[in-house]
Amino acid sequence: MTVYILCFVLFLVGLYGVITRRNLIKIAISMSIMEFSIFLLLVLIGYIDNGLAPIVDPGTTGQVYVDPLPQAMVLTAIVIGLATTAMLMAIAIRLYRKYKTFDIREIKNLRG
Amino acid sequence: MEGMSTIVKKITQLMAGLIFLYGIYIILHGHLTPGGGFAGGAIIAGAFILLILAFGNSALNLKKEVAGSSNIESVAILMVTILAMMALLFGIKVFFFNFLPKGTPGELLSAGAIPLYNIFIGIEVAGAILTIFLALVIFKEESSK
Amino acid sequence: MELTISIILGFMIIGAIYALHAKDLLSAVIAIGMVGYGLVICFLLLKAPDLAIVQIVVETITLVIMVAVVLDSTRSEIETIPDRRSIVQMILGFIIFAGLFYFFIQAIENLDPLGAHTLRMSEIYVNGAVEKTGSVNLVTGVLFDFRAYDTLGEAVILYTAALGALTLLRMKGKK
Repeated sequence: MTVYILCFVLFLVGLYGVITRRNLIKIAISMSIMEFSIFLLLVLIGYIDNGLAPIVDPGTTGQVYVDPLPQAMVLTAIVIGLATTAMLMAIAIRLYRKYKTFDIREIKNLRG
Repeated sequence: MEGMSTIVKKITQLMAGLIFLYGIYIILHGHLTPGGGFAGGAIIAGAFILLILAFGNSALNLKKEVAGSSNIESVAILMVTILAMMALLFGIKVFFFNFLPKGTPGELLSAGAIPLYNIFIGIEVAGAILTIFLALVIFKEESSK
Repeated sequence: MELTISIILGFMIIGAIYALHAKDLLSAVIAIGMVGYGLVICFLLLKAPDLAIVQIVVETITLVIMVAVVLDSTRSEIETIPDRRSIVQMILGFIIFAGLFYFFIQAIENLDPLGAHTLRMSEIYVNGAVEKTGSVNLVTGVLFDFRAYDTLGEAVILYTAALGALTLLRMKGKK
C-alpha cells in the first residue's frame, strides 16, 4: 500500500506545481510529473509477484504473466504525453516571442 | 542554427545510420520482442533529430524537410485507416479484422496484419515527432533574425 | 520489490520538488529528467520492457525540445513575495490536498496489494491471445487486435498535435 500512497504524493506535487507556479515552462513540467505518477500507478496495479514479462514463449504452458492490459494502455498514454508536452512548448515559445516573458499573470494583463 | 565541430559531424554520420537501423529492427520485430511501432518510430525520429542538431541549417533544407515529414505522416495515418477497413474486401464487416493468415507464432512472418499496422504506426509516430521538432527549430531561427 | 520501488519513488519525489523550486529554468528541465529516468527503472523492475523502451526515448526527445525552448530566453525564476491573501490561499490549498488524500486512501482500500493482482478481464487476453492474434508479444496483441480502436485514437491525437504545432509556429501573424 505504501507504493500507491507515494504515487499519489507524486501526483500531489505535480498538482501543487500547476496551481502555484507562474512560469509557463514550470507548469508544463508539473503536468508531466502528474502524467508520470499516473503511469506508474497503473503499471503497479497490473504487477504480479514472480510473473514473467508478457512475451509468450510458444511451447511452454502454465506460466504466470504480468497483466498486459494496463501496459498497453500506458504505452499509448506515454506517446500522447509527448504530444501534449510538445504542443505546450509550441504555445510557450510563441507567447514568449510576442510578450518577452513566461509569466502567465503578466501575459493576462497585456492586451493586443 | 550553425552546425557543430568536425568531430561531432563525423561521429554523427557514423552513428545515425546505426540508430536508424535499430529503429527499423524494433518495428519489424514488434510482435516477437519488446518494442513495436511506438518505440521504433520514436527511435527513428531520434536519429533524424541527432542529424539536424549536428549539421544545422547549412547542410539541410529544413523547410523542404518539414513539408516532406508532414506529408509522410498524413499518408501513414491514411494507410492505417485503409488497412483497418481492408476486411470489407473479404466480405467481413468488422473494423480492425486480422485478415491475413496467422502463421506459426514466433516466426518473423506471422501474426497476420499486425506487422503491417506496426510499420505504418511507426512511420506515423516518426513523422509527427519530426514535424513538431522541425517546426520549433525553423520558428526559432526565423524569429531570431 | 515494494521497498525498492518505494526508494526509487522517493528519489523521484525529491527530483520533482527540486524541479518546481529551482531558480534556473535549465536546471528545472534537467531535474525533470530525474523523474522520467527513475520511471524507466521502475518499469524495468515491474516487468514492462515495452514501456521502458518507449519511455527512455520519449524522455530524451522531450528533454531536447524543452532545452531548445528554454536556452535563448530569460531563464531566471519569477520572484513571488507572500502576502496575507496568499497565506489564506495556502491554508485552503492544504485543506483541499488533505481531503484528496483522504479520499485516495478510501479508494485504494478495495485494491489488491502489490503483487497479488488477480486477472479479471485480461484472463482472455493472456490465455487466448497467441491463438487468436498469432502475436507472441501480448502487449502488441492487445494494442493492435483486441483494443485497436484505442491505437487509432492515439494516432489521430498525435497527428492533430503535429498539425497544431505546425499551425502555431509556421503561421504568419498579423503585423
